[in-house]
Amino acid sequence: MEIEGIIAYLVSLAIMAGIYAVFALGLNIQWGYTGLFNIGIAGFFCIGAYTSAMITTPMPTGVYAQYVRQIFGLNLPFILGILGAALACGFIAFLIGYPTLRLREDYLAIATIGIAETFRLVFNNEHWLANGPRGLMGLPQPLQGLVDPRHYNYIYLPIVLAVMVVIYLSIERVIRSPWGRVLRAIREDEVASAMSGKDIFRFKMQSLIFGSMIMGVGGALYAHYTKAISPDVFTPLYGTFIIWVMLMAGGSGNNKGAILGAFVVWGIWIGAKFLTDFLPYTLKARAPYIRFLIIFILLEIILIHRPQGLMGEEKRISKMID
Amino acid sequence: MAELIVYGIVLGSIIALGAIGLTLVYGILRFANFAHGDLMTAGAFIAFFLVTGLFPWLGIPDTTFGSLSFGWRMALAFPIAMACVAVVSILLDRILYRPLRLKRSGSVILAMSALGASFIIRMIVLILWGADYRLYRPGVLRPAIQLPLEIKIRPDQIFLLLVVLTLVILLYLFLQRTKMGKAMRATSDNMELARVSGIDTERVIIWTWGIGGALAGAGGILYGIDVQLHGGMGWNFLLPLFAATILGGIGNMYGALIGGLVMGVAQQVSTAYLLPTYKPAVAFIVMIVILLVRPQGIFGGRRA
Amino acid sequence: MRVLEARNLTSGYGETDILHDVSIKLDEKEIVSIIGPNGAGKSTLLKTIFGILRPSQGVIELQGEEITGLSPDKIVRKGMSYVPQVDNVFPSLTIQENLEMGAFVRTDDYRDRLQEVYALFPLLKERRNQKVGSLSGGQRQMVAMGRALMLDPKVLLLDEPSASLAPLLVEMIFEKIVDINKTGVAIVVVEQNARETLKISDRGYVLAMGRKVFEDTGKAILENKEVGKLYLGG
Repeated sequence: MEIEGIIAYLVSLAIMAGIYAVFALGLNIQWGYTGLFNIGIAGFFCIGAYTSAMITTPMPTGVYAQYVRQIFGLNLPFILGILGAALACGFIAFLIGYPTLRLREDYLAIATIGIAETFRLVFNNEHWLANGPRGLMGLPQPLQGLVDPRHYNYIYLPIVLAVMVVIYLSIERVIRSPWGRVLRAIREDEVASAMSGKDIFRFKMQSLIFGSMIMGVGGALYAHYTKAISPDVFTPLYGTFIIWVMLMAGGSGNNKGAILGAFVVWGIWIGAKFLTDFLPYTLKARAPYIRFLIIFILLEIILIHRPQGLMGEEKRISKMID
Repeated sequence: MAELIVYGIVLGSIIALGAIGLTLVYGILRFANFAHGDLMTAGAFIAFFLVTGLFPWLGIPDTTFGSLSFGWRMALAFPIAMACVAVVSILLDRILYRPLRLKRSGSVILAMSALGASFIIRMIVLILWGADYRLYRPGVLRPAIQLPLEIKIRPDQIFLLLVVLTLVILLYLFLQRTKMGKAMRATSDNMELARVSGIDTERVIIWTWGIGGALAGAGGILYGIDVQLHGGMGWNFLLPLFAATILGGIGNMYGALIGGLVMGVAQQVSTAYLLPTYKPAVAFIVMIVILLVRPQGIFGGRRA
Repeated sequence: MRVLEARNLTSGYGETDILHDVSIKLDEKEIVSIIGPNGAGKSTLLKTIFGILRPSQGVIELQGEEITGLSPDKIVRKGMSYVPQVDNVFPSLTIQENLEMGAFVRTDDYRDRLQEVYALFPLLKERRNQKVGSLSGGQRQMVAMGRALMLDPKVLLLDEPSASLAPLLVEMIFEKIVDINKTGVAIVVVEQNARETLKISDRGYVLAMGRKVFEDTGKAILENKEVGKLYLGG
């Protein structure tokens, strides 16, 4: 029983770390390879999760319709939920990128924060959209009939890891294509990449959309893991900044680093929970703040002392350019 | 509607205090200081500690001034807290931003460091005071004065406007009349030239952080007096602060002042049609419209 | 008396050296010009002398004291001022404020100096409360030179003061340079406008591809047919 419990716990840890790794990979395209400063990941997280939730659940009927309101419910399979989540996030990315990608780089940051906050407010306040602050529950899980629900995580972990690996491989492939080389040229020095402003805008836009679609997939994976989502999940802390710390810790510009960072930082996050469990009872309620404090001090240390992260940027890629 | 506009001006003058500091830093150091909203939080809570913790312990009397909701405790706490936030702000620069500046890290890395700093401040506030809403003086009656056009305004709010006006005038005199103030404007214009002219730009940077921090602290306290305190209040100010700064043109202090007032009025007037919780979203929408229509801001400023 | 001497300077941006083994000297009350084609390293030389760039090799001495590796704000206190080619004024400040910024390091009363600078540029005094951003190119150049003179420097470094000015203004700027020189300031001036510059120079150095290729009195360089053909555009 002991052992079984520990394994089950580790599996649930690995699932969350794997989902965060998907986000870190998406962010790595935007930041690591293109230098786009997206600090509104929570917005894409939110849209991805809600889109997939509403694609895969049926429209509530009968008594439920009184308690649960949502704008649509399509009752389609999980895979279409994931696809829909990606498409929705890609579309949102286009809308944000259009006014901001031609401007100073930090304007994108401010705009992405704004959109993330706006989505959270809208989902919280507009009950007709997705049931307001109570959110959506009872989301379907792929292959859920196969095993006892208590052991379902053993099925979901391979699914998450498979999605993560597929995304990893496709990014690796894309980033080594001529398209990926252009992205890095833009990041290194926009002027020297000898392109017209229009082209730079187009490539940045493609990168923003591509990365955001991956984040949408991450959001969908999360929704079907927890089976219940509500707007308060998609806060800047859990939805955006912990992912930034993961990528910075692992090494931006390095996909393996992004995955490693997600697992390491999630490990630290959980590890810190064990530490704060020793706190006196009166401070227990504030334990999450202490954990976040540790995480952000870690970020500052990384920025000053090890900006390349644990793994650093992969040099192999730049050799292939030369 | 007239009342909402007046409340908007009250809120806007608080936003302006933050935005002026933000635009000063933005103009000189060229990075988005995402920690600026949380400097406001820091100011509000340092004052909270003084007013509800230290000063009662020291035996400073609790009487209020006339029909205002505060008295000597706050009058003393206000400048002390401003000075403390100035110090916090300077320390953040010395410990976190300066090492990055010396390494010639990009503005985005600095902005990221500022984000980290903003969370560090917020987490410390939340650890010390928790996530509850707080008041400087709970249970005090806050009567309003009836003005023409069905405008009700509290004496606190009139006081608040006077404080902001005084601070803005003092800052104006500092920037126009003193050597350091002129050097700050010069450095904002052209840091390289300031350096070859012999201006000690590091000292200018310290002054900029100090003044920006003190103003943000003042804004936070005033918001605490007018509404309430909360560990997350700085985050809610972030979008209006940036919207006001961009609207006024980056580096343009007078633009930030007007931008702040515009954002305050826009947010308050929007509550006639939208839920009040949408205020940050209103600031965001206004900002996106500005970015689309006139990215250099209404009054010009640094190139977007 | 020697006021400035740079020996065997090698310098550039980052890893790339632009300047190779260049030596120049400047005596009291001299005007020395540095001329040569685009990309010859003329501006790099001035920036290195003023401490904006760090030489990888070589020594710089100001009035006999070594200043190699000092930062510009230290050098400016030792009696040398620099006027960059572009962005050499504070546009949102008034003329008078620009000049005051030139005197930033002074803690004494500099009002007399201000009047001396205004005497050199009477036009600036007339418009002293006008924002520099609204001035024309020639007027801005005067503000820039005035700013650099506020510390009463022994040596003034001018980077292409006549660049992008109308011909009439070019003449005026060169007259001003001579006027400044007459007040006892030794001047190093980098110029594209070689012939005009050499006319007012005591001596000149010709730079090409980051190396010194020729040096002589201003007059001799002007009369040297070969140098004229190779470097002064025929």
